[in-house]
Amino acid sequence: MLIVSCPNCGITAEETEFHAHGEAHITRHAVGSSDDQMETYLFMRKNPKGVHFERWRHQYGCGKWFHMARCTMTLEVFGTYSAQTYSPPDDLLARIDARRPGWREAT
Amino acid sequence: MSTRLATGGRLLNKSTSVKFRFNGKYMRGYEGDTLASALLANDQMLVGRSFKYHRPRGIVAAGPEEPNGLVNLGEGSDFEPNARVTTTELFDGLRAESQNHWPSLEFDVGAINKHLSRFLPAGFYYKMFIHPRPLWKHVYEPIIRHSAGLGRAPKTRDEDTYEHFYAFCDVLVIGGGVAGLEAARASALSGARVIVMEQTAHWGGRTPVDGGDINGMPAQDWIDATLAELGAMENVTLRTRTMGAGVYDHGYVLGYERLTDHNPEAQGPRHRLWRVRAGHIITATGAIERPLSFAGNDIPGVMLAASVRDYVVNYGVSAGDRTVVVTNNDDAYLTAIALKEAGLDVPAILDARVLPEDSAAMARAKELGIRVLMGHGVSSVKGGKRVTSVAVCSQAGEGSVLEEIACDAVAMSGGWSPVVHLWSHCGGKLMWDTANACFSPDPDQPPKGADGGQFVSTAGAASGVFQLDDGLNDAFAAADGTLRCLGRKLPRDAKASQGSRNDEAPMAPVWLMPQGASVKLREKAWLDYQNDVKVSDVRLAAQEGFVSVEHAKRYTTLGMATDQGKLSNINGLATLANALGEDIPSVGTTTFRPPYHPISMAVIGGEARDAAFQPIRRTPMHDWHASNGAEFEPVGQWRRPYAYVKSGESTHDAVMREVTNTREKMGLLDASTLGKLIVKGPDAGWFLDMLYTNMMSTLKVGKCRYGLMCNDNGFLIDDGVVARIDEDTWLCHTTTGGAESIHAHMEEWLQTEWWDKKVYVANVTEQYAQIAVVGPNARNALEKLGGMDVSKEALGFMEWADGVIGGFNVRVYRISFSGELSYEIAVDAGQGQAFWDALMAVGADLGAMPYGTECLHILRAEKGFIMIGDETDGTVIPQDLNLHWALSKKKEDYLGKRAHQRSHMADPDRWKLVGLETTDGSTLPDGAYAVGEGNNANGQRNMIGRVTSSYHSPTLGKGIAMGLVHNGPDRMGEVLEFPGTDGKTYSARIVDPVFYDKEGAKQNV
Repeated sequence: MLIVSCPNCGITAEETEFHAHGEAHITRHAVGSSDDQMETYLFMRKNPKGVHFERWRHQYGCGKWFHMARCTMTLEVFGTYSAQTYSPPDDLLARIDARRPGWREAT
Repeated sequence: MSTRLATGGRLLNKSTSVKFRFNGKYMRGYEGDTLASALLANDQMLVGRSFKYHRPRGIVAAGPEEPNGLVNLGEGSDFEPNARVTTTELFDGLRAESQNHWPSLEFDVGAINKHLSRFLPAGFYYKMFIHPRPLWKHVYEPIIRHSAGLGRAPKTRDEDTYEHFYAFCDVLVIGGGVAGLEAARASALSGARVIVMEQTAHWGGRTPVDGGDINGMPAQDWIDATLAELGAMENVTLRTRTMGAGVYDHGYVLGYERLTDHNPEAQGPRHRLWRVRAGHIITATGAIERPLSFAGNDIPGVMLAASVRDYVVNYGVSAGDRTVVVTNNDDAYLTAIALKEAGLDVPAILDARVLPEDSAAMARAKELGIRVLMGHGVSSVKGGKRVTSVAVCSQAGEGSVLEEIACDAVAMSGGWSPVVHLWSHCGGKLMWDTANACFSPDPDQPPKGADGGQFVSTAGAASGVFQLDDGLNDAFAAADGTLRCLGRKLPRDAKASQGSRNDEAPMAPVWLMPQGASVKLREKAWLDYQNDVKVSDVRLAAQEGFVSVEHAKRYTTLGMATDQGKLSNINGLATLANALGEDIPSVGTTTFRPPYHPISMAVIGGEARDAAFQPIRRTPMHDWHASNGAEFEPVGQWRRPYAYVKSGESTHDAVMREVTNTREKMGLLDASTLGKLIVKGPDAGWFLDMLYTNMMSTLKVGKCRYGLMCNDNGFLIDDGVVARIDEDTWLCHTTTGGAESIHAHMEEWLQTEWWDKKVYVANVTEQYAQIAVVGPNARNALEKLGGMDVSKEALGFMEWADGVIGGFNVRVYRISFSGELSYEIAVDAGQGQAFWDALMAVGADLGAMPYGTECLHILRAEKGFIMIGDETDGTVIPQDLNLHWALSKKKEDYLGKRAHQRSHMADPDRWKLVGLETTDGSTLPDGAYAVGEGNNANGQRNMIGRVTSSYHSPTLGKGIAMGLVHNGPDRMGEVLEFPGTDGKTYSARIVDPVFYDKEGAKQNV
């Protein structure tokens, strides 16, 4: 059971207080998009062995959404950050670069 | 025979005698005995029968690794199967019965299997029972199910209580042997919060039995002094009878404390589950001795050498009068010496090794006059229910018998394996230790925590360090390393405790004895005692291509018994490696999974049972319902009245009465559970247009509109009536189950996709009591109560208004889920019961009766209204339910719009909603499938539709149903066949789903 820190309310708590919602930074495709784009948006998800950016919600706490960067192999948590963004913050990416050299090529 | 010795027994209180029963026979032991030691003291070596061949099984070990000694314990509400005799502490009045035999332990019919053993090799079930197929279901399976399984399932309710305990510490030490105590002592010196868990009732582990000095004093004195030191420290918590059961992500550990198993009369919970978050974990879990694989190594009387020593030293019990020791290492010599010093006979030590010179232990054994045969081993052990003799052979040969030595016990030692389970649970890797022929933790590949750093260390024998001095140094170093991980430091003057050293000759791995043992001998050389897996089975598995250790395990069932292979795993995979011609590390181990040792199911549940199992949500009128005949049904965590049953009435009668009364007079429904979400803000209209398939931004203040919600996959997720409260406020009704999930759904989109929009959502479901006043007399009743104008002109269908009725501040919605004249009236939750009482009082003359959820369902089904969860199941789109009218064509985008254009969704060839009317008036079984022509690829009849809702309608006097049928609306009038699970086939005609008041005249008055 993971320990998770909510960047919205600042609380660090057991995983049971949170809920994971899969891959982060998915682009919503809507009317006017191609079938392929819709398929990608609705169904295609990464399943990396290693660095993964995820959507989480502090379900039984402040109720707010956030993102988490995590290693699916070792369960190392690189950091949590706002859900109101299109990509992970640079300082977090730099931290992951330091911890997992070459991870960008792997994903 | 095994017996109690006149002297010895350091753990016993010989002044307190304890009476107990085994298989109905009264026996005596002492306080401090385990059930195993007390049984041995009463010469009860035979404790069970093996799983497959029903061979006699005796006690092998003295700790949790025991594979054979499993008993049914207690009776009635105290009954527990599969209790391990070695971990069961004796208490007065204990009752135990052996398992897996019929008619008796001494004489067992199933033992015939042992004569058939050559026909029952590995994978026997798979090979034998595959043909002919029909025999499996009717012959083989019933017989196998009858003869399978250990112990009995308890029949009565468990009357004991259990609890969870949350704890936090910097350092959690698992194992209270000398290494654990040393690691705890060193860690605690830094001021860190330390918890120490010891699975037995005693501290110090094996060291008091094995001997040695620490800091110049006898080990026991050091243990006592260290315990006193730890006990005096406020930052240290010491728990005995508490097993570290599992290590999980980020330093989470489950501990299993057995509080009253040894004293059932005591008050309080029986077991306690420790849920610990530790900064760092030190596993000082010791090591487990391995058996040797020789023919007849399962005959009662063949035991682990160190366990034989434990029984002598700890409990003053001898396993036999004449014990042959067979070993590949020096440690077993300590057993021979202990036996000899206790006045027992050791006719020989058979040592598989050939050594250039005697070690200290050997020299001591020879001094005591014990005959030591180097390079020798056991060809076979003779005996049935008890060892009678040992046939001696050369280890290097094929088993030619050199001599036969009469004996009644054999103490074997194949070396030691560190207990690496807890290290491995969360990803710690192992390495092969050639010198000790065991897997030990690889310090370079530890389990990693949230910060990517190591969070588990090992200490002492668990590290694969077996000498006392090395073990203490290792424990001190583990504490030092742990504190560094935590950013703490040992005090400068802290020193490691110094243990004495016994120089040992190196052990030599022996995986089969003798090394060239013939097939006949291999077939009697057991690896897994509980599951009856032999050397020959593993070799057969390898021969048949089960080369992965995980496959070989499952094919042979090696290590799959309740002991999870604590004794058998390493021997088994060494045997597999030999058969494959590979080295052991390349074959690898099977996966170690928690718990280390079985824990009670009840402790996992803890306090969560009965009323405390889950929170129950009750409406403000719940107590009134309960005292007025309500039969409740769970709807999520709510309890809603299913029907209000009067005396002399069946539940069905009550439902029928409620429907008729509501249609003809007046019914009251507690609708408080329906979700009520306030959506407010400058962008609220835009937001609701995105969420609902129809247009909500154009709704006029004071009006209501029914809306559908889809997810972005296009599937229906909720429906309900939306009311516009003011210019920037809407109130969205959701289904009862949807209040929280739809609130979360809205928040998800607002927070993660449209975070620039100014919208606020609040779930006010519990702030209001809502009562549906339904039926022809509804308006009459409200007018009698007096207050606001509820006439059609003042408050038309699909309008709402705030006002006062009968002195209550109300919000009244003219909406109908029944097809009748209907007012849904919300009052503050605190006023709910009073308002309900007022409605019941004023309605008394008007025929008012409460109605429940089943009546609600029938009323809506008669009107053809869909119910989320009945007509929808997560694969249904609005088009399937003929709800095209609710799909806005004006809106450019809403959730699900694009998905509805995907080819399969847009395909008109789909299962669609229709009404179904049985040809004979009976009621269709809910969920029944309609069958069409022909068969599918699996030879099953093709299915063309299914029933989604089905009721008996008292209004129409017949069964009515809704269903999804392939191209249903185009097939009006067609009669379909629905085979029921009751063997009958039901015929139903496809009709319009609106059975009652198609024009909607009754609700719009």
